[in-house]
Amino acid sequence: MSLNGTQILLVEDNQNDLDLTLHALKKENLANHILVARDGEEALDFLFCRGAYSDHSFDHPPRLVLLDLKLPKVTGLEVLQKVKSDPRTKAIPIIVLTSSKEDRDLVNSYNYGCNSYIQKPVSFAEFRETVKHLGLYWLVVNQPLPTKPAKEMSESCHE
Amino acid sequence: MKHASEILLVDDNPADLDLTSDVLTENRCVQHISTVPDGVEAIAFLQRQGKYAAAARPDLVLLDLNLPRKDGRTVLSEVKADPELRRMPVVIFSTSEAHSDVGASYQLGANSYVHKPGNLRDYVSAVKAIGEFWFRCASLPHKEPL
Repeated sequence: MSLNGTQILLVEDNQNDLDLTLHALKKENLANHILVARDGEEALDFLFCRGAYSDHSFDHPPRLVLLDLKLPKVTGLEVLQKVKSDPRTKAIPIIVLTSSKEDRDLVNSYNYGCNSYIQKPVSFAEFRETVKHLGLYWLVVNQPLPTKPAKEMSESCHE
Repeated sequence: MKHASEILLVDDNPADLDLTSDVLTENRCVQHISTVPDGVEAIAFLQRQGKYAAAARPDLVLLDLNLPRKDGRTVLSEVKADPELRRMPVVIFSTSEAHSDVGASYQLGANSYVHKPGNLRDYVSAVKAIGEFWFRCASLPHKEPL
């Protein structure tokens, strides 16, 4: 898969949660073109087309970012803040997908501009149902970010 | 169902307001639906001005773009610039599929953009999907500051 064909960027460090999410996405046939980032820094590298992802282009943002909040190196809230305060990345839909039950995380995430916030249900059956609705809404119903017109395509990313 | 269930519909087309309200009510996604016909009323409602002093603060706003008096883009940017209102999710629901409208709405901080279909069947499924995702799947922020 080319980096520019990524549909979903899944940012998750917990192996068990990662397996569950990938399994649920696969069951709903939503598992194509997923890129997994294991910490906040890797997520930022991908979204800002730098480091190991310098071949990735700002012209091909992922259709959706599923972001955990408790992440090593750079936290999910910091990732959210950086992405949503930069005009190059602000429009990328970010859905916080977390097991946090803290009201402060919920309110801060919306204040920092997350597109939506989902508390991971505890049971796998409910989690699958949630992933199904999430996938249907964000990959089918919601209008994707328009890709840039050809004249701007030559400007790829330079950090 | 999550705790939240107040929605504000902003649309100048009374038939669209009726249909959207009916679908949301039938699906029992929301408990209370308020409607306003233009952008000036939308801001007055959200900021609880004048006759809206006692208005409930909605959990979600469904906003048309082309509105009389103050258009949807201006309403969106005013909501997202207001520290008391900015956390409130705003879903654009517009007949426009123009890339310029979609792109500009996301840049202004729209939480989601759903194309308003022209035929009844697709319209009903779009509204159902909005209700199900936002009120059954997502967690919505608190209406009042913590």
